[in-house]
Amino acid sequence: MKTIFKVEHLNKVYRLGSFPRAITIRALHEVSVTVESDEPVIISIVGESGSGKTTLARVVLQLERPTSGNVIIHDTAVAGRRAMARGTEFLRMVQPIFQNSFEAFSRYRTIDSYLYETATRVNKLNRAGAISAVEDALSAVGLTYRDVRGKYSNQFSGGELQRVSIARALIPHPRLIVADEPVSMIDASRRMLIINLFRDLKERYKTSFLYITHDLATAYYISDYIAVMNKGVIVEFGKARTVLSNPQHAYTRLLLDSIPRLDRKWNPATEALVAESRYGEGRA
Amino acid sequence: MICLHNIVATYTTRRGQVNAVDGVSVDIPDNMILGIAGESGCGKSTLIKVIYGDLGFPLALTAGSISYGFQNDGGQEVTLANIQKEWFKRISYIPQSSMSSLNPVVRIRDQFLDFPSVSRNKAEVLERARAFVQKLGLPPQALDAYPHQLSGGMRQRVMVAIATFFQPHIIFADEPTTALDVVVQKAILLLLMNLQKEMKSTIIFVSHDMGVHYQIADRMLIMYAAKAVEYADTEESFRRPLHPYTLMLTNALPVIGDDRERQGLPGQPPSLWEPMRGCRFAPRCPLATDLCRTTEPPLLQHAAGHYAACHHADRVAELKESLANAHDLIGVSR
Repeated sequence: MKTIFKVEHLNKVYRLGSFPRAITIRALHEVSVTVESDEPVIISIVGESGSGKTTLARVVLQLERPTSGNVIIHDTAVAGRRAMARGTEFLRMVQPIFQNSFEAFSRYRTIDSYLYETATRVNKLNRAGAISAVEDALSAVGLTYRDVRGKYSNQFSGGELQRVSIARALIPHPRLIVADEPVSMIDASRRMLIINLFRDLKERYKTSFLYITHDLATAYYISDYIAVMNKGVIVEFGKARTVLSNPQHAYTRLLLDSIPRLDRKWNPATEALVAESRYGEGRA
Repeated sequence: MICLHNIVATYTTRRGQVNAVDGVSVDIPDNMILGIAGESGCGKSTLIKVIYGDLGFPLALTAGSISYGFQNDGGQEVTLANIQKEWFKRISYIPQSSMSSLNPVVRIRDQFLDFPSVSRNKAEVLERARAFVQKLGLPPQALDAYPHQLSGGMRQRVMVAIATFFQPHIIFADEPTTALDVVVQKAILLLLMNLQKEMKSTIIFVSHDMGVHYQIADRMLIMYAAKAVEYADTEESFRRPLHPYTLMLTNALPVIGDDRERQGLPGQPPSLWEPMRGCRFAPRCPLATDLCRTTEPPLLQHAAGHYAACHHADRVAELKESLANAHDLIGVSR
């Protein structure tokens, strides 16, 4: 069994302000998760804003140094003690997809230049090899090189551009793709095209995904494992179906209970007071 | 009752003119919550802008009229011509982003008292405002704060408080909880529902989240490519839809506990710039026939209060059945 994703006692403390009145914020507090498997897996991190899920993603992507603790991906330490250096070797192993692809790509550069650059710099390919790698990656997401060649980001729709950014992340054949809220900017009716693409790529490219989201329903749909975060702490972790069909922690139950479902209506007369008190709890 | 008659709303751009709302006629009864749903670009936000009376370049009303079913102070019927005079007197608006709607350098209480009717007796109104925000689950000190000192949920509560303080007839809300977390969203939506019951006003709200619609709306208006395609009681729209688009929209997203494969909606909505013939949904519709591609279906009443614009409304139940029996399960480890 391979250690696909392992986080040990990870802490991240931010300091705001200067010496006399500095305040510290614990964005991550003793976060530990281990996923071992021979097959690629999709791991979801769910939680509300401020729960620390994006900080965790940034530490995994080496964009942020942890205050203490380790991160291991595919049996290799990427953050913490004896971590590998930042650079192309790391980028061949872990690749990001961000929430807003219109911000991720510059408006002043053509989209194909990003793909080409990833292929030449990260994969160290020559010109012809780079173009064929780009073509392969684009065909995996249902696009062709002609669709993107010479185009700028404003010539794409949100869903298309997010597919291109997935293609870019696929070029180095990474072991793990970290997707931070990849579908929250996409219209609900077309969200499933991207979500189904993740599932499909997991099989075809043997890539694992770390899916960071606040949407429990899509997390349930694609994840093998799920971790629920609240205020920098993982409150519940396990197989997605077990966690969401039989939640043990009160916070997981609160999240599940707050989803506007299509089968059972809320009762405003009785539930409002409960919601108010929990609203206080969640923010305290 | 708010009566919309053949509303055509047009944006003027450098490329030319485009109809973002193209001939919508519906009657909205009083004392209920109306939800408007559809994909981005279907005209749902433009429609509530028009009903709110927020017309101005580049948006213009090309055809149609609205009667609001109440009189202004002078005893005249309120129509689109004088609706702007009723803003924050009898009608109000809850915006999506509270941060860009509240003035960052003015305390909440001063923004609260900024109604046309509060020129005298400020102290008394402030007392009432304090009692009111407390009822809405805000600490009374929140009125003395600046917007940045409050959390997103508290700011949205302030917006709800400002919009409901003077007991308006009609409240408009454009994606009022989209920027909030689910736990806060539920609290705000329940608050809105309770306020509506108490004040007996009409709430017209736009959301792309079908779950939110199901929870709070009494009636649903589904829009597609600038047209109204279905208008019915919420329970009817979800349980017995008569337009394939409504059905596919509710089936687009996964549900916890349901392992059936979801495909989302195939294809994209048509560009409003192109000339269109027949039913606008036909290219994406599994029930489409030649009739759909040539003749545009009108919005007809199929059952009491249940309107749909589809030539094959009688076959939607069949389609629902076949979707419900699909057995493709998603392959994830259990």
